[in-house]
Amino acid sequence: MAYQNIFTQVQLSHAPEMGIAMKPGSDPRGTAVGFNHLFGRFGQAQLGPIYLGWTGLLSIMCGFIAFEIIGLNMMASVNWNPIQFVRMLPWLSLEPPGPEYGFSPIVPLAKGGWWIMAGMFLTLSVLLWAIRTYRRARALGMGTHVFWAFMSAIWLFLVLGFIRPAFMGSWSEAVPFGIFPHLDWTAAFSIRYGNLFYNPFHALSIAFLYGSTLLFAMHGATILAVGRYGGEREIEQITDRGTASERAALFWRWTMGFNATMESIHRWAWWFAVLTTLTGGIGILLTGTVVDNWYLWAQQHHYAPAYPSTGVVDPALGSK
Amino acid sequence: MKPNLMLRLGAVVIGAALLSACQVGTKSAKQYGYRGTGMDQITLAAANKKIDPINVVPPPPYDPPKPGGRPAKEAYQNVQVLGDISEDEFSYTMAAITQWIAPEQGCNYCHNPANMASDELYTKKVARRMLQMTRKINTGWTGHVKQTGVTCYTCHRGQAVPTENWALPAKGNPDTILGNLHGQNKPVIATAYSSLPNAAFAKYLLDSNSAPIRVQTTYSHPSKYPATANKTTTMEAEGTYSLMMHTSTALGVNCTFCHNAGSFQAWNMSTPKRVGAWYGYRMVRDINGEYIGSLAGVFPKHRLGPQGDPLKVNCTTCHRGINKPLGGVSMVKDYPALHPTAPMVTAAAAPAPAAAPTKMP
Repeated sequence: MAYQNIFTQVQLSHAPEMGIAMKPGSDPRGTAVGFNHLFGRFGQAQLGPIYLGWTGLLSIMCGFIAFEIIGLNMMASVNWNPIQFVRMLPWLSLEPPGPEYGFSPIVPLAKGGWWIMAGMFLTLSVLLWAIRTYRRARALGMGTHVFWAFMSAIWLFLVLGFIRPAFMGSWSEAVPFGIFPHLDWTAAFSIRYGNLFYNPFHALSIAFLYGSTLLFAMHGATILAVGRYGGEREIEQITDRGTASERAALFWRWTMGFNATMESIHRWAWWFAVLTTLTGGIGILLTGTVVDNWYLWAQQHHYAPAYPSTGVVDPALGSK
Repeated sequence: MKPNLMLRLGAVVIGAALLSACQVGTKSAKQYGYRGTGMDQITLAAANKKIDPINVVPPPPYDPPKPGGRPAKEAYQNVQVLGDISEDEFSYTMAAITQWIAPEQGCNYCHNPANMASDELYTKKVARRMLQMTRKINTGWTGHVKQTGVTCYTCHRGQAVPTENWALPAKGNPDTILGNLHGQNKPVIATAYSSLPNAAFAKYLLDSNSAPIRVQTTYSHPSKYPATANKTTTMEAEGTYSLMMHTSTALGVNCTFCHNAGSFQAWNMSTPKRVGAWYGYRMVRDINGEYIGSLAGVFPKHRLGPQGDPLKVNCTTCHRGINKPLGGVSMVKDYPALHPTAPMVTAAAAPAPAAAPTKMP
């Protein structure tokens, strides 16, 4: 048979695989099943059956409500003009309440109340989806690694939009919903708090983020490179000599003296990804609550170099 | 379509797309700060730079007259500002002003030809206040304009109303989401096409009571005492960010022209240019508040903004994309009437900015 990879693999037509029996007490799994050749070129050709359950259903509903609140607010801001909506979309936003409302849950809808509503429904949506990943993993007798990784991302999301605003006592510290607006917020946040690059947890988060991409590239490249020996069947090859697995290991040991194992590489990847948002969330939470100017904090703790003075003096000191 | 034609067409399209974001030509780089801090300005090398005609100083209307002669206040009536200069210099200055501000309309833009002394045209009253302003800038705001000074042309550039102006934005209804962009989220040049607040001018450049521009805390931890705590929110910091984007665009420079990006706040890491900018913001507030603001009742309705306030200045009004307006050419030396040797208003002596290190390590 000719050499095959994910793009050229033979797609077998067969009766759909309906999965193992449900645990007693579970909701029924769906029965709709289809096959798609294009999907088969990138992953599994079989679509479904899907298990929706009450968490999945509620999660999608809450997510849809949040999406609609954000989208309709944006559309209202351009007077329901569909052309302007498309043209201006990257600039449009749903803004959190202003500082005058503090952290009060009761805010007029037009002045940030819609933002609180959208945030609430989006939070419900992601938390329900997290519960779903936990329950589906347990139903399959799996570990709950996906759930915990997702929770790490949700942690950062909640720190930005809820936990830190709560500590600061103001919704106005939260991030607006919008493409450019949230980026402008990010830059303004760093400017206000004396440069986030001097926040060590921000530094850790970046290290894990970049580390994640490096590990992803190394692992993906390694497995593809031994694909001709069946490298994607990682686990069954772990103990066999001369296999794709052993070649992959030897490649790294000969290249850099050390190799991860077929199991440990996934722990590396999981921890790097999880720590990106975990440390990032800690860094955001400390900003404005514990540290108000990261540059000065870094100078005080000899964490960042002090450059020679340019001799420039604040002109405001002379005038008042 | 033949395949090779398609190929060539594709190459042209891709090539054009790649070049559209690039500036062709040799660049020159100048280091403004300590090595490794990214404090440099990269510009097109002088040989490749096309100078916009708008940024070229026009020649004087005729050779400047020799000093001496009858004072203008004796020669003409109702000369309230330029009364002490000679009659000849007065005519010369008027000729220049006409060329700078109303080249097509001529003298009659401000004067009633039947009675040149009359103040019946609003433009004459505005012009008088603007002359006072120009003299104040050249003597009182040397912290910003240095010895280069300004003339009417620095803002007007041959237009009766300087093209780069702003007014208080139209007030929307804050109680509805309909058509409410919250004073931001709109791609306009004032915010360098970002979604930052576009009312930053109204907030920071209106008059001497405008909001402080600074947002950062000068100590590392939040203050325990409400009196000294920095309550500036991230939202408010967006306003300052917006103003800085305006200044950067207006001057054709990046942040590090003035700041070390490591700490935007630390003065001892900033370049001496930041001191000039500090005076610049205060000068603009003075211009908008004391001079243009005082003319609020003089301008006719069609010269006012949506909220009924006169059109005001910002950095772009003079700078027009270059860090030294009109290429740094001192125009005022040819027009001594605009630069009285004795300061008209006693401004507090500006602390001299520290000299720039001659060579960066």
